[in-house]
Amino acid sequence: MSKNATEAIKEKSMVIQKDMLANLFHELSKTKETGKKVVYTFVPGNLTELILSFDMLPVYPEINALQSGMRKKSGAYIRDAEKLGFSEDVCTYVKCDIGMMLNGNIGPTGEKLPAPDLLLLSYTGCFTFMKWFENLERLYPGVPVAMLHTPYQEDGNITPEQVEYMVKQLKEEVIPKMEKVSGKKFDMERLSKMMTNSAKAEDLLVKILETAKNKPSPIDAYFAGVYYIGPIFTAFRGTDEAVEYYKELYAEVTERLRLGLGPVTPEGELKEEKFRLVVEYPPNWTNFREFWKIFYDAGAVIVASSYTKVGGVYDLGFRHNPDEPLESLSKYCMGCYTNMNLPQRVNLLADYVKEYKADGFLINSIKSCNSFSAGQLMIMREIEQRMEVPVGFIESDLVDPRYFSYANIKNRLESYFQMLEQRKIIMAQDAEKV
Amino acid sequence: MKQFNELLASCKEVAFDLRFTKAANWKLADKSRAIVGFLPIYFPREIVHAVNGLAVGIMGAGDHKQIIKGDAYYQSYICHLPRGIIEMALDDSLNHFDGFVFPAICDCIRNLSGMFKLAEKGKFQRYFDYPQNFDTLIGGVFYRQELEKIIADVYAINKVELTTENLNRSIKLYNYNRKLIEEIYKIRQQYPWRLSAVDTYLIIRAGLAIPVEEHNIILEQTVEAISNERGEPMDNIRVVISGSFCEQPPLGLIKSIEMAGCYIVDDDLMLGSRWIQGDIEDNSNDPLTALTNAYLTQSTCSSAVYDVGNPKGKRVVDRVKKHDADGVIFSAASFCDPALLDRPELQKACDEAGVPHINFQYHENTGQFKVIKEQAGTFSDSIKLWA
Repeated sequence: MSKNATEAIKEKSMVIQKDMLANLFHELSKTKETGKKVVYTFVPGNLTELILSFDMLPVYPEINALQSGMRKKSGAYIRDAEKLGFSEDVCTYVKCDIGMMLNGNIGPTGEKLPAPDLLLLSYTGCFTFMKWFENLERLYPGVPVAMLHTPYQEDGNITPEQVEYMVKQLKEEVIPKMEKVSGKKFDMERLSKMMTNSAKAEDLLVKILETAKNKPSPIDAYFAGVYYIGPIFTAFRGTDEAVEYYKELYAEVTERLRLGLGPVTPEGELKEEKFRLVVEYPPNWTNFREFWKIFYDAGAVIVASSYTKVGGVYDLGFRHNPDEPLESLSKYCMGCYTNMNLPQRVNLLADYVKEYKADGFLINSIKSCNSFSAGQLMIMREIEQRMEVPVGFIESDLVDPRYFSYANIKNRLESYFQMLEQRKIIMAQDAEKV
Repeated sequence: MKQFNELLASCKEVAFDLRFTKAANWKLADKSRAIVGFLPIYFPREIVHAVNGLAVGIMGAGDHKQIIKGDAYYQSYICHLPRGIIEMALDDSLNHFDGFVFPAICDCIRNLSGMFKLAEKGKFQRYFDYPQNFDTLIGGVFYRQELEKIIADVYAINKVELTTENLNRSIKLYNYNRKLIEEIYKIRQQYPWRLSAVDTYLIIRAGLAIPVEEHNIILEQTVEAISNERGEPMDNIRVVISGSFCEQPPLGLIKSIEMAGCYIVDDDLMLGSRWIQGDIEDNSNDPLTALTNAYLTQSTCSSAVYDVGNPKGKRVVDRVKKHDADGVIFSAASFCDPALLDRPELQKACDEAGVPHINFQYHENTGQFKVIKEQAGTFSDSIKLWA
């Protein structure tokens, strides 16, 4: 953390989100008293509306891991998991999560998280999810596991047969287990109503993210974007609260747009937008604020990112559909970013570079995530050739502090920004000649 | 003996011919033939065989090729297998392949399918998505659809229709292939000195690059050769190797384990060739369903298959007991998430059952075996002296 770090500026939407999360974790800590059942599941391809329709509470181990990273606890958790025999080579989210459990399963608010009543293995776009929950199943013996296999978009589309396969799994595997654990009958009407809310929030999220097409962008669609996606990618999609949150956020962002203001950052408002970037993959969580500040200091704004699409690529048009809830959940799962094949990913990123008028494309490659990282160097080349923009490549990790080298990353980024600066000068000179 | 040694030499040549010359020559003999490359672990080769195709296993470049371009496509923290394969694709070693199948075993192999699409290698690049639901009416239907996609892909190339008769014939040939391989393993489990693990590996790996009919002859000759006494029994311990099912270890590593005093009585090195346990029905009116059911109900234990309800830890311990092994060597490729994420659980199961074990990691082109040999040697000595 920077020595001069000051208290981060908080807008009203941030306070709302903070309260929403605090309430959720508090509710989770009280499940013994309330009798509410708890479902552990994953963010990409999550079935939040379905879980909530049974009055159960979701827990997302990836979110716990990233929170542990931001709170500087992940390093110790990872080392504890490695003592159990987990290799240094494997996903640090898994190790952080297992380490957290070994250390009492204390959540981000300091309250203990309850053990799961159901492990919902909805694995979308990440093979490691399956291995992760096989491990959890052994840590929580006797807890039922509901498996939802999400087919990959290998041909670059979602077929009716794939939807049918998923709906059958929902009907035969997932819903019966949820009924058994919750003691409640499945209520299609309730699920359908929630999806109306989901679609409203999704509309608003897309509008918010697309404000970054303006110059200057009123938002940072990566560092701030990870907060914007919070409610909709996790426990609140389908709720009234989520709709209200996105209304408030949209109002704030449109007001900034009207005033011609740049993004809000922890260091203050960005006064001058020098570079517009598209970024592939999540930020490092252990040194999040330092990492963001490198971009802030250079006047670099992230106008679009793939990470804000891991829980749904809503800007491609998908919305949860109250008229076909189960089909809609299936399509949602299959449509998430990491479930798209590489040519689709390249097309999406290339479109972002074009539509958001980006000056460059940057990859923050993550050591422990093969789902994203394998093939990224080819993606980078494709974008460079197709879009003719400078590309940059840095490496870090999600939550393992041993793999965040501040000096190295700063050095690489500064070189990259210099390259962008030079290119701008040359392009301006060329334009003058014309 | 001389003939058998020649057979072994020829298997070695075929197993590590990274230009797949035998397969290329096979294709030249008939215009309607097609070659389909597949990656680890398992692919039902019967469906390609039945439509006049040859499914060829691409198990990586190992330590037989210097990787130059491949390293420019992968970060240091990605396993070695795909960089060798992309190197082969980019240096035109795979040009005679008509299509490629990438079985769903991990995110690296999955994304490699996309890289082949972007590089436009082959006429089709198919990610073969295995169901993780084992209900015949759910996962079974899905698996059959996946099979049908490949059949359609090959048909688009050679216009050969799939017939019940041909598929049953192919199933019969591969049943025989698996039976012979199991026979070799059975003999080795009783008389491990008769055929080294390295030679066993070469004989089986060669079968991934030639027609099954030819491979069956090689296997028959092997069974015949090792049915008679050969070699000398040694004071070795008996071990099971676990975790080497995808990226293959270099031959030197397998040899080092043997030289360190270990008979490898079971392993998962060429797991795809032994994936289906027992025969698949070969006289059905619906052989695609027979193949599907075999996948759902006769698949072996694998890190790539969802195992809740049938935990792998227990299955590894059962293998140890079944083969009267003294211990387990967990030998996984570096950065192999499926193998390495299973390892703590497998080790725990071994600890609880009192089965000694060691572990190490490798790359397919690891060149230093001294440490591994010392580790395996100490493991062997400790069991011999104190177990």
